[in-house]
Amino acid sequence: MLDALLTLVIVLLKIVALLVPLMVAVAYLTFAERKIIGYIQGRVGPLHVGPRGWLQPIADAVKLIFKEIIIPAGANRFLFLLAPMLAMGPSIAAWAVMPFGDNLYVTDIDAGLLYVLAVTSLSVYGIIIAGWASNSKYAFLGALRSAAQVVSYEIAMGFALVGVLLAAGSMNLREIVLSQEGSLLHWFWLPLLPLFVVYFIAGLAETNRAPFDLAEGESEIVAGFHVEYSGMSFGVFFLAEYANMILISMLTSLMFLGGWLSPFQGIPLLESLFSWVPGIVWLLLKTSFFLLLFLWIRATFPRYRYDQLMRLGWKILIPITIVWLLVVGAAVVGGLGPWFDGA
Amino acid sequence: MLENYFPILVFLVIGFVLGGVMIGLGLVLAPRRPDEQKLSAYECGFEPFEDSRMKFDVRYYLVAILFIIFDLEIAFLFPWAVVLDEIGLFGFLAMVLFLGILVIGFIYEWMKGALEWE
Repeated sequence: MLDALLTLVIVLLKIVALLVPLMVAVAYLTFAERKIIGYIQGRVGPLHVGPRGWLQPIADAVKLIFKEIIIPAGANRFLFLLAPMLAMGPSIAAWAVMPFGDNLYVTDIDAGLLYVLAVTSLSVYGIIIAGWASNSKYAFLGALRSAAQVVSYEIAMGFALVGVLLAAGSMNLREIVLSQEGSLLHWFWLPLLPLFVVYFIAGLAETNRAPFDLAEGESEIVAGFHVEYSGMSFGVFFLAEYANMILISMLTSLMFLGGWLSPFQGIPLLESLFSWVPGIVWLLLKTSFFLLLFLWIRATFPRYRYDQLMRLGWKILIPITIVWLLVVGAAVVGGLGPWFDGA
Repeated sequence: MLENYFPILVFLVIGFVLGGVMIGLGLVLAPRRPDEQKLSAYECGFEPFEDSRMKFDVRYYLVAILFIIFDLEIAFLFPWAVVLDEIGLFGFLAMVLFLGILVIGFIYEWMKGALEWE
């Protein structure tokens, strides 16, 4: 009994140690987004709250908490309030299996990637229920579009994950990283290049980010599935979306860019020069790079039309992944070096 | 082995509870001054004509059905991908056959126009 309690406390401490930095990261990602897109467009972004605007996310959070939560008269009250939680739950829970270093993780399960695939696909329920419960046409249309989009890109994403499994021979995220050890050229971005690109594009679509943000196309269906949400009930959707962005970025760095492995591995002089840098720094740098890419893409590309979006998902991404799966499968069976020999 | 999954259970619970706590906080701390205009569904300045839970395009169903087929396929591919090293050429050819059948179905639905959104 005492033992079980102790384990629970340790687990809770670990989870808090992960969630608090995650929440801070989410808050400052919104700030980074406004600043970076501001600079890209020749503006300065938020400036007035705190020194150079650094307290802006905190002010935003306080504002959201103190704003009225409006529940529309025609809405289903229970589902209306349940939907944000259903969006938030999976985007937090998926972090349970993320490794941050060789010995740095909350839990280390063998079915890690399967778990991530399963949990992230749950978030579509939050969208559908939010759109249906609001009883507003715009919310309903946005939810339908968004659900069809998320579901379509999930397939391309799943096929890309299968490629990673083929290359690594394990579903354990820690072992996937370790199997990329060697040098920059041993990382899976090279043998799985098409899957790497497809995964990131599908990640953009999964998180409903530009240029795939049809669900919230302001110019046609206002805000899409969360048009009726206000105050903190909207804030929770917002948090979930940004936590998902960070999750996708970190997964991409773990699976394709060698996670916490140093990029200087195998290069004689530089390797010893940078050996003092802890692995988690590399992981966070790689993750930040993909997050920057998310923001950069949003600032650069115009929104897709819905038929273009579905065509890209079904007729381009899925065929590419199927073909490349066969290529990778043949390479694994043939033991093509330096990635698929040994092991 | 199974105790590795315990933190995941805790994590799932915390994930949902966190969302609930935040909304609860909003409900408690924020003002509530409902009025008829505020509570009406968003529309461009007039009363919505009818219930918004209306009929919608059948293609959304089609996408959902196709998704189930392909997602199942992925679920089958997962264990295969992990052990391909050990099952070798035979395992690879067996999956090529399986994928081949799926691809024929995919081509069929493509030709039938199930993937068209005009």
